[in-house]
Amino acid sequence: MSDMDRVVTVPIGPQHPALKEPESFMVDLRGEKIDAVRMRFGYNHRGIEKGCEQRSYTQDLYLVERVCGICSFAHSTAFIQAVEEIAGIELPKRATYIRTIIAELERIHSHLLWLGVAGHEIGFDTLLMYTWRDREQVMILLARLTGNRVNYGMNTVGGVRRDIAPEMIPEILKVVDSLEERTKYYIDMGTREQTLIQRLSGVGKLSREDALRLGTVGPTARASGVDRDTRRDDPYAAYSEVSFKVIIDDHCDVYGRTLVRLGELMETYSILRQLLKQIPEGPIAVKAPRRIPEGEAVSRYEAPRGEDVHYVRGNGSEKPERVKVRAPTLANTQSVSKMLEDGYLADLPIVIAAIDPCFSCTDRMVRLNEGSGGEGRTMGWEEVTRYGVQWHKARGLDLSKIKIPGGGGA
Amino acid sequence: MTAVIQLIQILIFPGMLFLVVLGMAGQFMDRKLYARLQNRVGPPWFQPVADLFKLLGKESVIPEEADKRMFTMAPVFALAAVVAAYLYVPLWGAPLFSFAGDLVVVLYLLLIPTLTFFLGGWYSRSIFSTLGAVRSITQLFAYEIPLLISLLSPALLAGTWSIAGMIAFYQAHPWLWLVNLIGFGVAMITLLGKLERVPFDAPEAETEIVAGSFTEYSGRHLAFFRLAIDSEAIVSSSLLAAVFLPFGYALPAGIGIIVYLAKVAGILAVLALLRTVFARLRMDQMINFCWRYVAPVAFLQVIIDLVVKEFV
Repeated sequence: MSDMDRVVTVPIGPQHPALKEPESFMVDLRGEKIDAVRMRFGYNHRGIEKGCEQRSYTQDLYLVERVCGICSFAHSTAFIQAVEEIAGIELPKRATYIRTIIAELERIHSHLLWLGVAGHEIGFDTLLMYTWRDREQVMILLARLTGNRVNYGMNTVGGVRRDIAPEMIPEILKVVDSLEERTKYYIDMGTREQTLIQRLSGVGKLSREDALRLGTVGPTARASGVDRDTRRDDPYAAYSEVSFKVIIDDHCDVYGRTLVRLGELMETYSILRQLLKQIPEGPIAVKAPRRIPEGEAVSRYEAPRGEDVHYVRGNGSEKPERVKVRAPTLANTQSVSKMLEDGYLADLPIVIAAIDPCFSCTDRMVRLNEGSGGEGRTMGWEEVTRYGVQWHKARGLDLSKIKIPGGGGA
Repeated sequence: MTAVIQLIQILIFPGMLFLVVLGMAGQFMDRKLYARLQNRVGPPWFQPVADLFKLLGKESVIPEEADKRMFTMAPVFALAAVVAAYLYVPLWGAPLFSFAGDLVVVLYLLLIPTLTFFLGGWYSRSIFSTLGAVRSITQLFAYEIPLLISLLSPALLAGTWSIAGMIAFYQAHPWLWLVNLIGFGVAMITLLGKLERVPFDAPEAETEIVAGSFTEYSGRHLAFFRLAIDSEAIVSSSLLAAVFLPFGYALPAGIGIIVYLAKVAGILAVLALLRTVFARLRMDQMINFCWRYVAPVAFLQVIIDLVVKEFV
């Protein structure tokens, strides 16, 4: 079989139907087996961290919320917690409860979304249709609670912006009950449906040692037997007042990651029930100063995809001096090439999807010094504008008349 | 005069045009059922026709690297082979053409579309097409033999290789078709592989290799391929109906057509149901499954038929 030794390189991305965001995986194949995978990110860089330095804390809140479309509340809460720590603001109890409720509802919609995407990646579109239909319940509920399906705009410095009306509590419980039933059905199906199990178990193996060494977080780590959950280890918001199990699994593969997420959904329903029973009366926000004092803080938050870390440094003005976001995907991407070792091309989409990646959250400025794409130089704004105009001119399109704000023109 | 009538029969009814119309109706039924089973609304009834005309009106791009002749000929060959196969399958009453051994010819003609998928994909010279083409041909070796065996075992029992002859035999022995139910199951499963549907749709798994062999196809070439695939589904289910459900062929034409359509619709509905409830299998799992489980069961059917033959 000399043909099996021939290496074929398949480009998965930057544009590919399996990918929801542009990123590039160059896959070297021997037959159907993966030889090596080279990842390249950076197609989604939006400069949010830098943008934060030019806006006030309140404006930043809305910008940071848009780091991720799915775990938007995770980012805004992680950011605001750091700001509140610097300012020394003590939150009213009710505000912490509302934040926790929204966070857990977000976890439900994120995990159900993941389950559907996982189904789609292995060609099981029925699962996608079912889970996304069920997810709609929680999306509508979030819209009723916050006014938005995603990017809720609930947080503000010193609390939350909207209260949860008492008549909404039975509505939330109704959705929780209905979704709990559906999740039980998915767990039942996931543990019995043979083609599903065949496609998921033994795929994307990541041992406990590797999971620790590569610094994985969230369900990816927990499915490899790493007992780690920020909600329990370093409780924020109202997590210290509810009891829940941290779901751990020792399958160490995609199947384990599925079971962990399904198990977490069941825990989330129990957390929500406890929160809604215990939620205290009181104000939902305290008055916060416009200027945040000098100081720095790191805030940790267990997002649906894993631990989200925000670092904020204030300099006494109304704008932060530095904001740093470490999205969970950044911690997990390192493990993907390990998981893909000796895998099949057919398993590549599900293995990548199993870390629940969010590449736009992860992309930062990257300076390329080698490889085919980079010439080892950094272009400023003016230079980029000039380059763009020339590029189009060479192709018969004159853009030099168009004035770009802040641009030099060519 | 007979030549003119024959030409009309081949081109219009019950030949090519009828097949194409049925193919689109079948596609609609499959999509609608699939959608309803997935809790979706599904397309309106004219969607397949709209899709076809949209594709016919679009620009057909041929990659610079591709072998132009092979690239453009593959879809035409696929459709031609499927239409030719249809002429030998008894629908209601006797088939248009028939001779001793036409079962083998029909199976042979139904093999050609898969070969054109391979050739079309291979000569596209794109990495995704090539991978899809290789997968198509690999899959062919897994499902084709169980499918052949399962279709040939009823013929063994009937003692003839002609489809019309088989129908005559089963009409003389009305309940004997029940013996072949295992083979019917095998044929249904392997048909999913032939039509490249979930769980055997690895050759066009969109999350891995975009559209497999068809990645580079567009416009009317793609339309022809789509048409060939839809028609192939109809021809294969008609063949299955004739071989495994050999009743209702002596009825008057009006009722006969209804019985025929009901049988084909039933088979297509089962195929749609099967593709709803499964995840896509990997190539290695597919081959394993076909050889480890499906092929032995097909052989079991042969043994059953040989034993039963002793008592008939």
